[in-house]
Amino acid sequence: MLIHLFLITIAATCLFPLVWMISSSLKTQGEIFRDTSLVPKVFHFENYYLAWQEGGFGRFFLNSIFYTASVVIGIVIVASLAAYAFSRLRFPGKNILFFMFMAAMMIPIPGSFVPLYILLNKLHLRNTALGYILAMINVGLSTSIFLLKTFFDKMPTELEDAARIDGCSKLGIWWNVALPLAKPVLAVVVVFNALTVWNEYVLALIIFDSRALMPLQVALMTFQGEFITRYPLLMAGLTITALPIIIIYLLMQKYIVKGVTAGAIVG
Amino acid sequence: MRTKSTLENYVFVLPAVLIFSIFYIVPFIWVCRYSLHDWDGIMPIMTYIGLANFKEIIQDKIWWGSMLNAGYITLIALTFQNALAFLLAWACDREIRLKNFYRVIFFIPPVLSEVVVGLVWQWILDGNYGLLNHWLSHLGFPNLVRNWLSDPQTALTTVAIVHSWKGFGWGFLIFLAGLQTIPRELYEAARVDGANAWYCFRKVTIPLMIPVAVLVAILTVLGTMQAFVLIIAMTGGGPAYHTQVPVLRILASMRGSSRFGYACAQGLSFGLILIAISFIQYRFSKRARQV
Repeated sequence: MLIHLFLITIAATCLFPLVWMISSSLKTQGEIFRDTSLVPKVFHFENYYLAWQEGGFGRFFLNSIFYTASVVIGIVIVASLAAYAFSRLRFPGKNILFFMFMAAMMIPIPGSFVPLYILLNKLHLRNTALGYILAMINVGLSTSIFLLKTFFDKMPTELEDAARIDGCSKLGIWWNVALPLAKPVLAVVVVFNALTVWNEYVLALIIFDSRALMPLQVALMTFQGEFITRYPLLMAGLTITALPIIIIYLLMQKYIVKGVTAGAIVG
Repeated sequence: MRTKSTLENYVFVLPAVLIFSIFYIVPFIWVCRYSLHDWDGIMPIMTYIGLANFKEIIQDKIWWGSMLNAGYITLIALTFQNALAFLLAWACDREIRLKNFYRVIFFIPPVLSEVVVGLVWQWILDGNYGLLNHWLSHLGFPNLVRNWLSDPQTALTTVAIVHSWKGFGWGFLIFLAGLQTIPRELYEAARVDGANAWYCFRKVTIPLMIPVAVLVAILTVLGTMQAFVLIIAMTGGGPAYHTQVPVLRILASMRGSSRFGYACAQGLSFGLILIAISFIQYRFSKRARQV
């Protein structure tokens, strides 16, 4: 009984801030400082319209979707190509290259955004979507290669052998045989990287100057800085940012649990 | 024929190696190089100044203050957050109703962004209109009401607790996975031998969980020492440096004072400190396992 009480209390603490966020997003500017009821008397959904239109969150939302989709697609292709080669193909320097990616997972470089800023400036990729996407692909690369290679190592080779005998090229085997078989681990890679990109803040902060290119996380901080007291709109913006991630999490949570436990084994 | 095949194999790793070289190795080398220079990030000329940046870091009181703050948050994460994570995992490991429901709920804070978590909690903790103060004054504790995030006495602890709220789900999942690898037969055997629940917990659960606990501790230290976005969203490092942390200082050196060389030196020395800490933890755990 005591155990249940403990678990329920903590679960409530996890959920309450989100409930309060949604509740605040449905109150008017006048109500929000006086009305502390959890369920507002009238649901002011127009806050979402205002945030989407005037607050510009519609634009920022689309930006976030675009960056997340591009980075995830990029990582799936680049990492699975490399992981497939590290697992199946033979070439000189293979072990050194693989070790290099693994070492990058272990070595923390705090403040790596400083040289990245300089680098993107020199390449004329700062304040561009491409610069941000490439930098973010690199962020997820090592872990994704590790997850995929571990999976390929355990995967039986019969189907690939059969495809080779049928005259399928190496790239063809990777695309037509290996990738479809790797679906379970690809789901982990997709979900984890999508979370990372959607929630990323500091690289986007230093890379983007133009408002039109900002993703949601940076836009929220900017909005909060400019309209410090417009809490209903801020809360609507926060809900717009948090809701997609919560929905994806609830739909895909078994892959997330897998990813965490697999990631823990790496460390 | 063979060389052609080898070349073909390189095509597979080429994109990954290219991106990795440009966005990881080059920045890595540059951090080391710029840390020995004085440079504002814009001018084509930078001045070689040897180890002057590092000498300045040694005397930088704000830097070491921020290190202490991060250490304090880490201490709370290691004790409060990880104890909570372990207790919840232990509670969920038993045959309990709604086990999966709890598992799903406890990992919601970790999937949210630090910006979202920081801004929502900032609203709840607001000194004038926040819900926490409203509840405190209505439930009969008006003397507890304060400006949680702008009072120097409470700001850092408040940030640390919100950080723990956001982070305990990670430890929870790893502890739970660890607990589930312990064979049930071990508990049953101990019970047959007349051991009570507390004895089982001490003699079976704890020893088998030490490697997992060390792993969680290392991940907690590395993660918490480098945390800073949550702090930007909650306090911006204030009031008056009371919630500054190292990465926030690096960002300030770069954006605030345009001292790229100094920022790189800060990053490099902080990275070395982190590697040293996790190495010590690892060695310590090896010894603990041998005993």
